[in-house]
Amino acid sequence: MSISSLQKEGEIMKKSLFALFLTVALALFLGTAQSMAKDFPSKPITYIIPFNPGGQSDVTAQVQKADLKKLLGVPVIITYKPGAGGAVAWSQLARSIKPDGYTICGNNIPHIILQPLLRKDAGYKTEDLVPIVMFETTPIGLAVLKDKPWKTLKDFIESAKANPGKITVGGCGKYTGHHITFLMLQKLAGIKLTYVSFTGAAPSVANFLGGHVDALLGNSNDLLAHKDKIRILAIGTEERAPWYKEVPTFIEQGINMTAGIDRGVCAPPGIPPDRLAVLEKAFLKLSKSESYRNKMFEMGFIPRALGSKEFAAYIQKQKQILTNLLKEMGILK
Amino acid sequence: MLDFFVIALKHCLELHNIMLMLLGVWGGVVIGALPGLTATMGIALLVPFTFVMPPEKGLILLGGLYAGAIYGGSIAAILINTPGTPSAIATTFDGHPMALKGEAEEALTASITGSFIGGIGGNIFLLSLSPLLAMISLKFGPPEMFWVAMLGLTIIATFATESLLKGFIGGLIGLVLATVGISPIAGESRFTFGNPNLAGGIELICALIGFFCIPQVIKMVESPEKAEMIKYKRKKGILFRLILRILSMPGLLIRSIVIGTFIGVVPGAGGNIAALVSYNEAMRWSKNPEKFGKGCIEGVVAPETANNAEVSGSLIPLLTLGIPGAPPAAVLLGALLIQGIRPGPELYTVHGEITYTFIISLFFSNFFMFLSAVFGARLFAKVMLVPRHLLAPVIVVLSVIGSYAIRNNMMDVAIMLGCGFAGYVGGKLGFHPAPIVLGLILGKIAEIGLVEAMTIGAAKGGWFVYFITRPLSAVLIVLVVFSAAWPIIRSRKKKATGRSGS
Repeated sequence: MSISSLQKEGEIMKKSLFALFLTVALALFLGTAQSMAKDFPSKPITYIIPFNPGGQSDVTAQVQKADLKKLLGVPVIITYKPGAGGAVAWSQLARSIKPDGYTICGNNIPHIILQPLLRKDAGYKTEDLVPIVMFETTPIGLAVLKDKPWKTLKDFIESAKANPGKITVGGCGKYTGHHITFLMLQKLAGIKLTYVSFTGAAPSVANFLGGHVDALLGNSNDLLAHKDKIRILAIGTEERAPWYKEVPTFIEQGINMTAGIDRGVCAPPGIPPDRLAVLEKAFLKLSKSESYRNKMFEMGFIPRALGSKEFAAYIQKQKQILTNLLKEMGILK
Repeated sequence: MLDFFVIALKHCLELHNIMLMLLGVWGGVVIGALPGLTATMGIALLVPFTFVMPPEKGLILLGGLYAGAIYGGSIAAILINTPGTPSAIATTFDGHPMALKGEAEEALTASITGSFIGGIGGNIFLLSLSPLLAMISLKFGPPEMFWVAMLGLTIIATFATESLLKGFIGGLIGLVLATVGISPIAGESRFTFGNPNLAGGIELICALIGFFCIPQVIKMVESPEKAEMIKYKRKKGILFRLILRILSMPGLLIRSIVIGTFIGVVPGAGGNIAALVSYNEAMRWSKNPEKFGKGCIEGVVAPETANNAEVSGSLIPLLTLGIPGAPPAAVLLGALLIQGIRPGPELYTVHGEITYTFIISLFFSNFFMFLSAVFGARLFAKVMLVPRHLLAPVIVVLSVIGSYAIRNNMMDVAIMLGCGFAGYVGGKLGFHPAPIVLGLILGKIAEIGLVEAMTIGAAKGGWFVYFITRPLSAVLIVLVVFSAAWPIIRSRKKKATGRSGS
């Protein structure tokens, strides 16, 4: 390639840059013009995943994507905004993302409750995020490797009573769904264990399978994946989980609690109610469809379908429960 | 298994699948070569397109992309001294000096030959020793990860040949940068100054682009006439001579493959560490370590062989246990789940056809990558001829886009630029970016390992005892001590031989 041809290419690039500029300007203009019109949605919707690609939130969104396109009539673009356990995306949603309905974001319970409660600089309040639909729950279960002596939750609790603080339990992160489950188990069973916080589901499962911790508080789908090597002592659902009917719940064994991570989508504060309604309708219809529910079951999730109002009420109820728990533990004043 | 093998081979020879391999490899090379676009992101972007394909076809495409991107990272490393992916950090050390000497094509050919050999070697491990290696990977608990990180930090001593002190200061700066954001274990905010955008910490890719790319661009602008002195002339017949020369270093190749595969198998340690360790070992065992850093071919072959071996290595715990060995493998796990395939023993029985097709396809993809890149090397090397005043703005634009795209966050662009200016000023003062970046990578691993190990140790009656009584942990401690003492051993040896010689 000679210099002159490069210069020529430079010329072409200048021209194409100008063309790009025009296109963007036009798109912005049309964008505003369209957003004033009644027909929502009329351009692609951005679906933010507040975590890394490949995780459970991403996997669910990828499954939803095609159906959402059919239901909404516009493409859905999945983008990732990971950081600080989701807080980076949620704080931006609360502060700087335009509430025009074209940007939505995955939201997880208890993350969006615990982060603002426990971190002064979380950058958002739970109530800032407008719930659209809650579509799935990942139950958390307590598991041990098959070579451990504990056959039931009762064995485990008795052993913990005899050796306070000696049994290690792995989970994902501090002040997360797993950690809260741990705190509740300690409180309700009247025992003392040692919580080992890992940085995600994959490292916690690896450390558990390697025998570096005695027990694991794990997501249902991870427990399902390793069912031949492990013994699940209890599962955090109301009734027995569909994948392992032989595993009793915590409630059945006298520990009156449920445990899990709930997922849904939310919008930035100030979204027009009519647009919220359009999104809610689409997500609800999707969440209730037979094929989607089957797919979720197959992947280890429990499909849910809570509309905007119910979802908001659920969040408030959970917030109350968690606030009380944290106050009792002396973590929150 | 043999049945699956035959079926898999048949699948891999289908024209459609061969096209997917080529598509994956080429796409991967482009993504890898562009700083800021990584293998992880490339796979994430492509995953939705694979849903409409049968699982084995989707995996063929993604596997090709993974391998291609890891090789592609070396192109930017060699030509513009900026690692295209984190795996190519070590490739800048000798790759770019080679390009400056007018040996860009040699460096690129060395890189692809190493990548090919590493890819094939790693894949042989994947095919034959997966269950065993997966078992070993589980032995790495928190204390072992801490010592692995410490072992990595001792590399600084090898790199900082000019000034050990500056190397250590750089490493410390990196360790401090690693603590910015929400702490990984306790969840406390550190150095965020109340800004929620800083809560996510300093993204490695942004620091990489900043520390490597921006100083390079400033240098281009500063003295364009000096930068334009670089000559590139095509020499004939270098290809076969080079390949023969590389094949004549079997020790280095085998060591790099083993290092790459093994580090790939350990969850939490990725291609960047594999390549750095491999470079370090190549230098340690070389007869002429003083040649390293000045543009020697071993310094390109060693890291590139290791980081492509790491690709297959990271697939071992993924396919046998469902635990991804590296971030790109985590995205592959998501892709498998959506296809209704749950990694684990069933992968080799119920889904054997898909799994073996995937593994065999990686051999083919590596081969196609080699063919394409050997001829592509001539083309890529011409980047050296692009006038610097055209190249510099293009690199800046790519840097900004790349650092934004990684987390869709403007703060990351600001962090990248900040690292860039710091890197430029630091460079003037004699600081090399590698120890800083190494500190940033290893700081997180070390902190996580240390805190977790101390928590477990306290429950088991004393963390100190816990740290030193585990066999693997003890082995690693010995290695750390040996590696830290190496510069002293080396200088003693030099003195001794010098004396006997005189």
